[in-house]
Amino acid sequence: MKKIILIVGVVGVFVVYSLVLRTQHTKTGGVTTTSALTTATGSATSGSKTSTGSSGTSTSTATYKDGTYDGDTENAFYGNVQVAVTVSGGKITTVTFLQQPDDSANSQDINGQAVPLLKQEAIKAQNAHVNVVSGATQTSDAFAQSLASALQKAEA
Amino acid sequence: MKQTELIMGMPITIEAVDDDAARHFETIFTYFRSIDDRYSTYKERSEISKINKGLPRESWSREMREVFRLCEDTKQVSRGYFDIGHHGKLDPSGLIKGWAINNAAGKFREFGIRNFYIDAGGDIQVGGHNEQGEPWLVGIRNPFNMDEIIKTLRVSSEGVATSGTYIRGQHIYDPNRPDDSIDDVKSLTVIGPNIYEADRFATAAFAMGLQGIEFIAATPGLEGYMIDKDKTATYTNGFERYIEKK
Repeated sequence: MKKIILIVGVVGVFVVYSLVLRTQHTKTGGVTTTSALTTATGSATSGSKTSTGSSGTSTSTATYKDGTYDGDTENAFYGNVQVAVTVSGGKITTVTFLQQPDDSANSQDINGQAVPLLKQEAIKAQNAHVNVVSGATQTSDAFAQSLASALQKAEA
Repeated sequence: MKQTELIMGMPITIEAVDDDAARHFETIFTYFRSIDDRYSTYKERSEISKINKGLPRESWSREMREVFRLCEDTKQVSRGYFDIGHHGKLDPSGLIKGWAINNAAGKFREFGIRNFYIDAGGDIQVGGHNEQGEPWLVGIRNPFNMDEIIKTLRVSSEGVATSGTYIRGQHIYDPNRPDDSIDDVKSLTVIGPNIYEADRFATAAFAMGLQGIEFIAATPGLEGYMIDKDKTATYTNGFERYIEKK
């Protein structure tokens, strides 16, 4: 009888723990590093031309004033995120971390280092020889799968 | 020695430099066929089709349960953007491909083969070096022109996965707008410590649209290169170290 109570107790603790963890994920998962980036680009456009709206996606047809802009501090999945955006020639050229989360889940440390987060470029054809290519094949997944299964039925 | 077979609806290519590696190729292709038999939603007799028709969990294979656990983990870490249960049907194919390639690479290593790549539909796991004794040269296809390469990478142990709208993959969608197609992002290439990680994160990040590359940047151990519909590439800081220097 005692063993059963113990097992139920342990299972109960696990269930409660996983429920709490799930709740935490939901709470902190609501605001992410992605919104930190869009907040930063949002403040860059507020003084200049057409706003990209509240959708939060930046389009490459929008132009920005040259300079470096600090975004708001946002609560991301693993901690705080604050980014700075550098605009040059009217385009975003770098996005830099001012604050970034550590690997540990509950860290609130502010890292002193500025680390460039993303860069941009126009795509350009290369003349290089390669061993193998990554990218979608021309065969449509669904078509080929369907064909394969039809052939399989034809065999049986 | 190089060989290609059409399995799981796509060309699967194996190349190995090591002597006597070719005799193990058929084992690898057979493995991919068995994966297809179990996980293809297009095959009526597959285990996944039976599950979608109501096969109870107690009757699932151990491997299937493990795959579902991995899918659930990927869903958690991607905040729901990786979700195999949309459109009312369970379809783990967004995880299976990278997972299966990774397992196949493991089999190669068990055979003592060190220098190889396995390419399944453009998702690639490499090991060691190519015939010239150098890290493998992996090209990224131009999503606007399938005959062109727009980036050349050097990798020797990593996995390289590319998600793209030109695939029409059923497993990629935005859980907040399930009926919209993803079209801001034309392709997203992810480099990870292995093809399992690269592929599942490429799938999840692709569903996030333009924010997906930020998710890749924020996830340790991954680098990404995203091409949007305006032919602009956005890439993570560490991605540059993989680019082939001329």
